[in-house]
Amino acid sequence: MNVITNIGKYFIMLGIIFSRPEKWRIFRNRLMNEIELIGVKSLPISFIISIFMGGVIALQTAANMDNPLLPAYTVGYITRSSTILEFSPTILSLILAGKIGSNIASEIGTMRVTEQIDALETMGINSLTYLVLPKIVASILFFPIILIFSIGLSLTGGWLSLVMSGLTSTETYVLGLRSFYLDGDIVYALIKEIVFAFVIVTTSSFYGYYTKGGALDVGRSSTQAVVTSSIVILICNFFLTQMILL
Amino acid sequence: MIEVVNVNKSFGENKVLDDISTKFETGKVNMIIGQSGQGKSVLAKCIVGLHEVDHGCVLYDGRNFSELEGYDRREIRKEIGMLFQGSALFDSMTVEKNIMFPLSMLTNMTKKEMQIRADFCLERVNLSGKNKLLPSECSGGMQKRIAIARAISMKPKYLFCDEPNSGLDPKTSIVIDNLIREITHEYGITTVVITHDMNSVIEIGDNIVFIHEGKNWWNGGRKDIITTDNPEINSFVYASQFMKDIKVSMQEKLK
Repeated sequence: MNVITNIGKYFIMLGIIFSRPEKWRIFRNRLMNEIELIGVKSLPISFIISIFMGGVIALQTAANMDNPLLPAYTVGYITRSSTILEFSPTILSLILAGKIGSNIASEIGTMRVTEQIDALETMGINSLTYLVLPKIVASILFFPIILIFSIGLSLTGGWLSLVMSGLTSTETYVLGLRSFYLDGDIVYALIKEIVFAFVIVTTSSFYGYYTKGGALDVGRSSTQAVVTSSIVILICNFFLTQMILL
Repeated sequence: MIEVVNVNKSFGENKVLDDISTKFETGKVNMIIGQSGQGKSVLAKCIVGLHEVDHGCVLYDGRNFSELEGYDRREIRKEIGMLFQGSALFDSMTVEKNIMFPLSMLTNMTKKEMQIRADFCLERVNLSGKNKLLPSECSGGMQKRIAIARAISMKPKYLFCDEPNSGLDPKTSIVIDNLIREITHEYGITTVVITHDMNSVIEIGDNIVFIHEGKNWWNGGRKDIITTDNPEINSFVYASQFMKDIKVSMQEKLK
């Protein structure tokens, strides 16, 4: 029952967010701030994760390719496919759900319990639009950029790990990367990333906005935001794969 | 003038406000007093629209606020200033930006005009030159004064103060009380103060509403509260022996 109530409240919240934007000048300033907070500040962690993720995928693939009938370039091909189709969009989003989701939920939750949201409402400002819309737009604009960097760095990590451990040559790895390439794979990854960005920001904002109580409840909201965002990401991942790839 | 007409509010089975009617007059400091959990803050939140009333209505100079929805309330809300219990300053903004915030969101003033208005409001609350401080760098009393400056930046017709003295020492409380009284009389604002602080009530309360069990139990002025025989008020106001002694001496003075 509680889940159904929350789903209803979530969609009502979305309706309010997109109902009436505040002044364009204010929105633009807030958008720039959010791009920095949500986007630019997430780059370092995304880069580190991507390089090591690519390295591990390549090594594990190479370690399991002991059949002599399989061409050597298969390692590059599998590394590319798994990175673009699954690891970069999904794993990266799960990591960002932890980093950004908890940040958003605690920021908005603290504003709620310290009456800052009430102050906005009393002034006649649509607090949801003012606080959440710039975050949604910033994440939808910047997450695909992070994804592209992540794919590039993952593949670089894969190359470094294979070449440094002497498992394959640069030429063979690059041949694998270029084999059976489909543009649709990148489009699929970008669509997933945009959906996940929306899920992370709106779910975290929901838990933050409807926080009741004090500091302990802000922490609880923050945890719930991360857990729920992660679950919703995995569910969306399943359905998007079903709809787009099959 | 703000009129509260037959307002009822429940949270689930719990009836918090029971058919409350009262008037808050213009140019006066109107006070809502009562024990904790009797519905003072809920009443204030119903009046400013943070809670929706179940029955009844709130009229701002004859305009039915409860009938309006969402964006249509904005015109009346622009005329409301509110001082929250914890000040509710935006901690990521400097003092100056906090005061300029409603101006930038709700008016078409230029940056220079907003700056002049912010400086004026800060001067009015005796905080000139504190523009660039962050709220976290200010004391509790300063934060309250900044919140008052923000509340009056839009030249409100109605000012709400939710427990303005909570967490303040007696001397700073008097500063805040005097500021509220001065602003109310100077600008002819309808001010509504929710408080537990009997010192404030006796000091600045022009019109006092005592809420008990969700009802408007008693209405009167600050002199009336000293002389009233209402047992609920007496047990609330004169809860300590010290206050009882003060009452006796004040009644003797009045005679």
